[in-house]
Amino acid sequence: MKWRNVLKAAIKSILKNRMRSLLTSLGIIIGVGAVIVMVAIGQGSQYRIKKEIDALGANMLIIFPSHSRMGGVSRGAGSYNRFTLADTRKLQKESSLCAGISAIVASSGQIIGGDSNWNTRIYGVDPKYLEIRAWPLKSGSFFTERDVRAKAKVAVIGQTVKENLFPDSNPVGERIRINNTPFQIIGVLSEKGQDPRGMDQDDVVLAPSTTVLYRLKGGQYISFMMASAISTKDIGAAQEELTGLLRDAHKIKPGEDDDFVIRNQAEITEAAASAAHILTLLLGSIAAVSLLVGGIGIMNIMLVSVTERTREIGIRLAVGARESDILVHFLTEAVVLSLIGGLIGIGIAYGVGEILNHFTELTALIHPEIVMMAFGVSGAVGIFFGFYPAKKAARLNPIDALRHE
Amino acid sequence: MSTVIETRNLKKNYEMGSVIVHALRGINLSVETGEFVSIMGASGSGKSTLMNMLGCLDTPSDGEYLLDGENVNNLTRNQYADIRNQKIGFVFQGFNLLAKTSALENVELPLFYDRSNRVPHTLKAAMGALERVGLADRVHHQPNQMSGGEQQRVAVARALVNNPAIILADEPTGNLDSHTSVEILALFQELNDQGITVVLVTHEPDIALYSRRVIQMSDGRIVGDRTVKNRLIAKEVLPTLPTIENGENGEDKS
Repeated sequence: MKWRNVLKAAIKSILKNRMRSLLTSLGIIIGVGAVIVMVAIGQGSQYRIKKEIDALGANMLIIFPSHSRMGGVSRGAGSYNRFTLADTRKLQKESSLCAGISAIVASSGQIIGGDSNWNTRIYGVDPKYLEIRAWPLKSGSFFTERDVRAKAKVAVIGQTVKENLFPDSNPVGERIRINNTPFQIIGVLSEKGQDPRGMDQDDVVLAPSTTVLYRLKGGQYISFMMASAISTKDIGAAQEELTGLLRDAHKIKPGEDDDFVIRNQAEITEAAASAAHILTLLLGSIAAVSLLVGGIGIMNIMLVSVTERTREIGIRLAVGARESDILVHFLTEAVVLSLIGGLIGIGIAYGVGEILNHFTELTALIHPEIVMMAFGVSGAVGIFFGFYPAKKAARLNPIDALRHE
Repeated sequence: MSTVIETRNLKKNYEMGSVIVHALRGINLSVETGEFVSIMGASGSGKSTLMNMLGCLDTPSDGEYLLDGENVNNLTRNQYADIRNQKIGFVFQGFNLLAKTSALENVELPLFYDRSNRVPHTLKAAMGALERVGLADRVHHQPNQMSGGEQQRVAVARALVNNPAIILADEPTGNLDSHTSVEILALFQELNDQGITVVLVTHEPDIALYSRRVIQMSDGRIVGDRTVKNRLIAKEVLPTLPTIENGENGEDKS
């Protein structure tokens, strides 16, 4: 038998019963459509989380102090060998794989400015901070190394702070008081939005690290450090370099544990993405059940079809069709039916994806691989569920089949 | 002349529960190339069973069957399928055409399953067969758009298309009115005159008169084998028959 003829015969017999063929395919249409849409929603949220994390900064590394150990005794969370600004300066001077390193001195306080006041976070940072965070200014300028050295009382405010203190005017040049210390606003940050944990990143005041440390907070310890590797592929090397420099600075002997932790963005991304990945799997497998049900629908109709067409099978056998020819006939029909269903399902999935993207909060991201896979699976469903009815047809005895009314 | 069909002590038993039904009780039959044989008998005489054996649709319980010089006993299902495909052309009482399928495609059907590819030009062969049965102008009609007589002609064309060694016709006129029956018989006679071997099963003595040899069956045995003297020539009979005009011309569409 020639494949062209087999295919022609299959399509012909599908077209003979248009309505029934459509209803049979409906199971596959819904199944394939559901799988693609569900996975697209899962992958869409994965993509969104990744984008939000990317927005934290470019190739970012975060260096936290960690608890230290003394002779195998873990001294707990309160025993930090904390970082000083000297640590930061050493890293800044000696690191070759980091585009920028900044100390972060976290504080908070009441800010009085304009006609009102506002309680917010105050971060003491170094000039490279904005570069590390990939965070442009909206207006004004950022402080410089000189400001840091001079412990200058200058501040850059986030959008949320700006809206609360200076809703209608340009705050650059204005004076504010942070915990009763006067500062001059020299710049306003652009809007950054929420971080992956839902914290408003725009509710912040940035000032030179030295200023916050010595003038606002007091003491000598900074909270943590941020750095950015010169490129994405250097993140690992930069992490190792910083580890070496910090061990050196803290005089940690070989074999002893680090008293700090460096996290890179990839790790953070992965952690968040794995949750979304589980969501994708869950949604996908629920949808896969409907594909299974669709397959059973095909089997059901094919079985009815075999009974209905017993006489046709008899004729084909009488004129010399082999068992395998009949098998191929019915199998092809089942596969064509489910592939057509698969194609329609893919079309519908793209439509639904567009609707979701335009009219809802959900992001649907349809990857071609998933579409190919769904199409392949629908073909496999056709083979799997078409085989039994096809085998049943092929086994018919020609005489009985011809006599069948 | 060579022998197309030769059976030696062909038997067929069916088990119906505990009862064994002897449908064929030892058939010795020989048919030469170019013969036009009719097998006659009442219902239950075993003529249809014999037909199924000769057509390789069923296998005998005992005995031997040589078709076109080839022993066709104890073959696999696939081998039987290939023999049906290449050596036998069937014509049935109920036409057995594929519904919603054009005459041309119906005639092409056996060629689809021909693994020997003896007929290289499927379309040409099918057109040729339809021309031989006088339906060259109706190739794209579907069975439900044709009269009974035309449908049976399509079936004959389908039987012819593979150049079989023999055409087996099982009550080919059973669903047709008398005028159309004679038309179909004229077609068989014409093909027989061209050298094609025809074996026809019927229970009507009138029909058997158009063949050259009549085999009488009863109770699973051959009880008579005679040459037809003064056989009827369908083409000569046709003008003498009353023609049924408009509509009733064998419109049986089973």
